[in-house]
Amino acid sequence: MADQALRKAPLAGRHGGSSGARVTPADPATRLALRAGPDAIGTLSLAFGLELPQRPKTSASVSGRHALWLGPDEWLLIDENGADLMGIASGVSALHSATDVSHRNTAILVSGPDAAAAIAAACPLDLGKSVFPVGAAARTVLGKIEIVLLRTGEEDYRVECWRSFSSYAFGMLVEGAEDAGL
Amino acid sequence: MSGANRIAGQGRLTPAKTARFTFDGKTIDALVGDTVASALLANGVHLVGRSFKYHRPRGILSAGPEEPNALIDVSRDAARRQPNVRAPVQEVFDGMKVESQNRFPSLAFDIGGINNLLSPFFAAGFYYKTFMWPKAAWEKVYEPFIRKAAGLGVSPTEEDPDHYANRYAHCDVLVAGAGVAGLSAALAAAEAGARVILVDEQPEVGGALHFDTSVKIDGQSGYDWAQATAAKLKAMENVTVLTRTTAFGYYNHNFVGLVERVTDHLPKPDKKLPRERLWQVRAKRVILATGSIERHMVFANNDRPGIMLASAARTYLNHFGVAVGRKVGVYTANDSAYEAAFDLKRAGVTIAAIVDNRDKPGDAVLTEARRLGIEVLTGHSVIDTKGKLRVSSMSVARNGGGSARSIAIDALLMSAGWTPSVHLFSQSRGKVAYDAATGRFLPGTYAQDCLSVGSCNGTDGLQATIEESLAAGELMARATGNEGGNKLELSGENAFEWTGGMAGAAEGAGIDTTVKAFVDFQNDVCAKDIRLAVREGMHSIEHIKRFTTNGMATDQGKLSNIHGLAIASEVLNREIPKIGLTTFRAPYTPVTFGALISHSRGDLFDPARKTPMHAWEEAHGAVFEDVGNWKRAWYYPRSGETMHDAVNRECRTVRNAAGLFDASTLGKIEVVGPDAAEFLNLMYTNAWDTLKPGRCRYGIMLREDGFVYDDGVVGRLAEDRFHVTTTTGGAPRVMNHMEDYLQTEFPHLKVWLTSTTEQWAVIAVQGPKAREILEPLVEGIDISNEAFPHMSVREGKICGVPTRLFRMSFTGEAGYEVNVPADYGQAIWEAIWARAEPLGACAYGTETMHVLRAEKGYIIVGQDTDGTVTPYDASLGWAVSKKKTDFVGIRGLKRPDLVKEGRKQLVGLLTKDPNVVLEEGAQIVADPNEPKPMKMLGHVTSSYWSENCGRSIAMALVAGGQARLGQTLYVPMPDRTIAVEVSEMVFVDKEGGRLNG
Amino acid sequence: MLLIYCPYCEEERSELEFRHGGDAHIARPTNMADISDEEFQEFFFLRDNPKGLIFERWRHIHGCGRFFNAARDTVSDKFYMSYKAGEPKPDIPGVTTATEKTVETYEATEGTAK
Repeated sequence: MADQALRKAPLAGRHGGSSGARVTPADPATRLALRAGPDAIGTLSLAFGLELPQRPKTSASVSGRHALWLGPDEWLLIDENGADLMGIASGVSALHSATDVSHRNTAILVSGPDAAAAIAAACPLDLGKSVFPVGAAARTVLGKIEIVLLRTGEEDYRVECWRSFSSYAFGMLVEGAEDAGL
Repeated sequence: MSGANRIAGQGRLTPAKTARFTFDGKTIDALVGDTVASALLANGVHLVGRSFKYHRPRGILSAGPEEPNALIDVSRDAARRQPNVRAPVQEVFDGMKVESQNRFPSLAFDIGGINNLLSPFFAAGFYYKTFMWPKAAWEKVYEPFIRKAAGLGVSPTEEDPDHYANRYAHCDVLVAGAGVAGLSAALAAAEAGARVILVDEQPEVGGALHFDTSVKIDGQSGYDWAQATAAKLKAMENVTVLTRTTAFGYYNHNFVGLVERVTDHLPKPDKKLPRERLWQVRAKRVILATGSIERHMVFANNDRPGIMLASAARTYLNHFGVAVGRKVGVYTANDSAYEAAFDLKRAGVTIAAIVDNRDKPGDAVLTEARRLGIEVLTGHSVIDTKGKLRVSSMSVARNGGGSARSIAIDALLMSAGWTPSVHLFSQSRGKVAYDAATGRFLPGTYAQDCLSVGSCNGTDGLQATIEESLAAGELMARATGNEGGNKLELSGENAFEWTGGMAGAAEGAGIDTTVKAFVDFQNDVCAKDIRLAVREGMHSIEHIKRFTTNGMATDQGKLSNIHGLAIASEVLNREIPKIGLTTFRAPYTPVTFGALISHSRGDLFDPARKTPMHAWEEAHGAVFEDVGNWKRAWYYPRSGETMHDAVNRECRTVRNAAGLFDASTLGKIEVVGPDAAEFLNLMYTNAWDTLKPGRCRYGIMLREDGFVYDDGVVGRLAEDRFHVTTTTGGAPRVMNHMEDYLQTEFPHLKVWLTSTTEQWAVIAVQGPKAREILEPLVEGIDISNEAFPHMSVREGKICGVPTRLFRMSFTGEAGYEVNVPADYGQAIWEAIWARAEPLGACAYGTETMHVLRAEKGYIIVGQDTDGTVTPYDASLGWAVSKKKTDFVGIRGLKRPDLVKEGRKQLVGLLTKDPNVVLEEGAQIVADPNEPKPMKMLGHVTSSYWSENCGRSIAMALVAGGQARLGQTLYVPMPDRTIAVEVSEMVFVDKEGGRLNG
Repeated sequence: MLLIYCPYCEEERSELEFRHGGDAHIARPTNMADISDEEFQEFFFLRDNPKGLIFERWRHIHGCGRFFNAARDTVSDKFYMSYKAGEPKPDIPGVTTATEKTVETYEATEGTAK
């Protein structure tokens, strides 16, 4: 691992939100864009230590590692503990594609009773409890950018976006949080 | 005192809660909860504005959003000022400043009033006919004059200091309108468990219950029932109740726009509050409970201040406790106006007479009028009114002729019946149907999952409305999968059922062309104008509307449409449904730009994409340019340097020593899978199966029509893994283009695409000293010329950080592109810079990049190509595989037009005078003396001062360009004609030896 | 704003997540290099632009990323159905591509303006 002192996160030092919805940059994580056909799902699940979800808008999480269904042959894997996901993938012989996107994405955490309303300031997805429960995940839009949204708790969401859009996403979520908290 | 006309014991406002504002500088005492209209009326002010065209004195016509006359300018301070606010909608707050509009020098004496006297010259179509000629005068003379004389308020000039919010919302049932119908429907849907959003434009729910005090529901007064029901709904978790919120637009697939006015009624709003909040609601079902709007009577001089809708007068009395006059006349064709008279009479106001256009009013109201001792003149009409700044009398005559009797009044209430508010229904693309029995347009064929209930659906009678609404609420809840709740029952009773109504000009509208019987108050359209339009050949309601401007003001003809239609129908002698109603458009009432823009302003207007090295670049004085959404370092001026100086220095330094360039914005796509090479073979003109891992190749991507779509260097990292680069601007569309073919045309290929544009920070190190700079920093890669020749790629480390190191060049110099994970970008840049600077290198920006690549004749897709250029046109035929049997564009390239002689080809241009720099986009001709229009051979695509060449250089697309090498052509400019020589495109190092240096 | 059913996500999502992709069921010839000018013209340039029923491509670009097809009415914007890429063109019961005469145009709903 390279010296972490060299690393400069795109949202370093940013904070904001309201008492109803806190908006915080997430810690760095390793991420994988994983693509595979149905035949490889079993082998890959075994290798990554979690069941790759096969239903739309779902995810699987095991101790800081998340696998988000993005499409029928596409997952976003996130490891909050910084595990070498590319290393794990390279040991799997079943046909798949793994690409390191740890630095492409960055994440923003939105937490609090008004978190859903904060996100709804710019996201057209229905975040109602029955349609977007804890564990639900989807690629969608936030204002003028694309995001991946993961509901990590009753009042907690993780917003993943590309790093150069993160300042925009952060600003939008802060405005949303301020309005939702009124 | 909050106004002399406030009647003790009347209305729902609290006398102790006062507010104070100014109207044209005069202090007005009001009560909290007043609208500007009710406060002015309480203080005896009827004259509120001047009309649009004739500058006639106008008062308050209504008590709702349909108001066409009383448009005011409301401000908190200089920046927070809004013109064209409807006085009956604006709530008062302490310190508010209200100004009347469209008058000079004062409201009571307005010089523009001369237009009223000149009105014979201002007939319908006047502008079209008069200001036709001379054409040039339109812009300079006519338009400024008309804009000054006519029109509405004045826009604020300062930037809007308020902020606005947006919220996307989803529900099972959206209910628009919270009167009896809307509340009942919402209650039934909510009890069944549906997610409900209930909206109403007024500050409190209740709708018509604001004025209709004769209604009792479940034993309570209607208004109290409404408030209690709203409170109950608000307490339910599955319900959102939004007041001061207008459902302004009904779009496709039950998408409804709402605008919530959050602070416009507050004296000192919390700065955190948005002024307005836009709600973008996606509803599974919609219930429209939008009620109906009372129509005015069309008769001579029906626009004087003091003449208003009967229901408005009732609202002012029963809700605001304000009597609109002391001696009030009533002119009606409908029973409902009688109830206004009854309420006023009971409150101590004299009712001069009820003039009923009908011979037979409803029995019940007639009996009650007699019981209260009110004179009722049936079969009579008001044929004229008098009073300069407020109505002072009405002339009444029996229908069909006879002598007129003048009755002194200080207010006149009118009602021609009720127009169902089908605006949202019509916006939903539903088709209205004409109900001849009641003379109303009602919802006919539905286009979306919605239902109309109550009076907007033509449902008459309180109990019928309640039952229909409860049933609709339950039905919509069940339809969206909600099983809860029991069937609800509510009982309602009211004093009178209303009958009657008329559309079109009444007796007093006259048939001659001088009488001003207003149909559309806001646009000053009279009955005579509509008749004139028909006489002049407008037979379609769409033409009549545009010729007269009837219904085209900001109120969208809420009062005037039906009257206009009926008058046209009469003149054309065709039934109303045969003429048809115009389609209602969103918004229902005007919506501020602020609300529509909501968060998208300032930093959130558009994402500003910054590279990982942005902070360093900023700190080192870079000037940035926008490339798409990216901020790219353009050039790095040192103190005292102009852009020209800086770019010249950067260009020299790169060729003499080295330069660092931030290339992070280039698009990158990782292509992975056993069929990756085969897929790229199909996507690019080049052959990829022959490319060895560790090597790179410049690729050209075409569209199916054979034209260049994108280009970039592709590196093969492994048998099954390619690192593809695209142009900065082309990254998203190339990704989409590739996905399209992969998913829909070549789904059998085992390959996947991932965008990695932002995974990598890219530092280009270019120039003769590039290797010297990098060598000590790179670990695990032999970057000697032999081991790592031009167009190679290796994976290894730099300063301890993983890198994909490319040996490639867009400058013509020996060069590298260092890819590192983005978060390390700045640190690695700094490490390279620490070595580069002492060696005499510089950082360079996109301008220098452009010059250096042009010196080498490297094209930029989108600048030197324009979507009509083939690889052959761009001298890139070498990159098109002759062996492949298929790739995207292979057939397009063979189209007759693409292979014929004389196509525009990319060539170099050298000006005869080396100091002249051509303008990009300038046209090129063969003969400068040819008469105009000259035959244009092409245009300049790229042009720069080349410090390294000591002269200007240019690239151009020129017809048959390759065959013209050495020819002299001409670039005609406004001030001179520039002679140029057609040349090869490579201006520096034609042999390319420096690349391997 | 449209609400579009994605057959891969198995639910309706906002139009904001989608990108339109032109007419559906236009297969790229497998012998691309050999087709005639006329065949290329037919394949690449000519479209019906029907009033009423159309089969068209969409991509759930900001969702699952998949291309799919949909049957939509170009006048009312009503979607009859969506289906996965590669599936055959479905029959829409009771609906045929309308002719000029049978379609009520948007202009017609504006009144009798000609």
